[in-house]
Amino acid sequence: MSAELDELYQSIILDHNRRPRNFRTMDDASVHADGVNPLCGDQLTVWLRLDGEQIADVSFQGSGCAISKASASLMTAAIKGKSKAEVEQLFQKFHGVVTGKHPEDAASLGSLKALGGVSRFPLRVKCASLAWHAMHAALEQDGVPPDAVSTE
Amino acid sequence: MSAAGAVFGDLRPDFPLLAASPKLVYLDSAATSQKPRVVLDAIREFYETANANPHRGAYKLSGAATDAYHGARATIAKFLGASDTDTLIFTRGTTESLNLLASAWGHSHVHRGDRIVVTRLEHHANFVPWQQLARAVGAEFRICELNEVGQVDLGQLRALVTANTKVVAFGHVSNALGTVNDVREIVKIAHAVGAVAFCDGAQGAPHLRVGFDALGVDAYAFSGHKMLGPMGIGGVIVRRKLLDAMPPYQFGGDMIEFVFDGDTTWNTLPYKFEAGTPNVEGAVGLAAAVRYLDGLGMDAVRAHEVELSRYALARLGEIDGIVVHGPVTAEERSGVVSFSLGDIHPHDLSTMLDVDGVCVRAGHHCAQPLMRALKVTATVRASFYVYNTTADIDALAASLRKAKERFGAHVG
Repeated sequence: MSAELDELYQSIILDHNRRPRNFRTMDDASVHADGVNPLCGDQLTVWLRLDGEQIADVSFQGSGCAISKASASLMTAAIKGKSKAEVEQLFQKFHGVVTGKHPEDAASLGSLKALGGVSRFPLRVKCASLAWHAMHAALEQDGVPPDAVSTE
Repeated sequence: MSAAGAVFGDLRPDFPLLAASPKLVYLDSAATSQKPRVVLDAIREFYETANANPHRGAYKLSGAATDAYHGARATIAKFLGASDTDTLIFTRGTTESLNLLASAWGHSHVHRGDRIVVTRLEHHANFVPWQQLARAVGAEFRICELNEVGQVDLGQLRALVTANTKVVAFGHVSNALGTVNDVREIVKIAHAVGAVAFCDGAQGAPHLRVGFDALGVDAYAFSGHKMLGPMGIGGVIVRRKLLDAMPPYQFGGDMIEFVFDGDTTWNTLPYKFEAGTPNVEGAVGLAAAVRYLDGLGMDAVRAHEVELSRYALARLGEIDGIVVHGPVTAEERSGVVSFSLGDIHPHDLSTMLDVDGVCVRAGHHCAQPLMRALKVTATVRASFYVYNTTADIDALAASLRKAKERFGAHVG
């Protein structure tokens, strides 16, 4: 079996694909947004319940490949309880890792580093980023906090 | 069956890209075909010996370019079975051809209260132009559904094609499922109410003997790049009386006769529909491609693909969890096998196959209305052409087994 595939489809990815966490709609969400990849037809919705600057709850639903689903699931687990500014910074870091621009940041990503294998498959970066872009779009509806601007 | 498999032996040496990559398993010819050396040589030869702007200069070189362009049109028209060469209009490909029909013919012939009928199998290129025409003029847009194996329900089509129907637009062969449509029957249904029958031949011309004159359709659109030719060239053959009754599609050089300050008269066919400097290298390249196909013989091409489809259906059928979409037998389909493997998403499958050098298409195949009807978001599609062999299909099956093992627990 190929080593790069082993890295892409780690057991944590297959597990989150099979049993996605926070995979539900949310009735009392503050904001929500859709993520669509018109190339492959993947689509998901991300819901966020905000308590001031904090992400009090987050959920998603939709259909997609193992990478997009696992990434969405891992994202929900990673951002719950964080502030909007922290989440935006995490997105920047995550994006740098999956695009292969900043592999050195992988170590500080926690469970999200499992998606680092995507950097070897440039055609799949969009899959890994889909939920994050939807989450970002949802937060923008609430007004982006000033300290969340990219530092790149 | 030869060692290489199916009707042809190994044609890979004729195709520089395949010859340079012996391990590549190219199973995406429904998206675009590989190009034989004779096509690349023809393009180079045109630029090295005959390059000038056709129809423009009174010098010999411009005449050579004009001859190359005319010769290509004649060769391609003959290959497609059209005796009236000048009714073959060159375009960038099927998409532009269908837009030409929907725009130039559609806007002058379809009015409020008229009906347009397409089928559930259509590629977006033969769906959206008609849907948008209907919206623009206030016509009805109706979609004929399929039977359970992905064939047009002809009974429903007969009911849908009412007296106010002006056009029935349908594909010769489905790009997503490989279904070969009963063109003559669909034409009969359209003509019975005086509607025109327009055929999207993007997946037909590369694989089947078209025989335009005998087929009965009023227009037949095709793409060069799916039939061994270069990208950016294709065309549409249209009945002369329809072309005469259509306004031009685009305005510019070459398509005019006389331009006065207040009005303009149009050039004769085919130039009335070919504004601007034409894609001569594309036409010359496509002519070389159809000569290559003629050399193989289109009946042999068809037989080769049926053999490969038969072999693929058998090999894939041995893998638990594979569901093949579309017609049951190889004879009812073109060289296209569209399938799902358990609940493994087609994009994950495609990535895993790619690591083994197996190129397949994963996605909605530009047929979202069809995917919705099949209740899938996407499928994996393997499509075959003259250079494929049974060894390619063995490689596909082996790679699918590995993918299934990796995702094993998920295959229902």
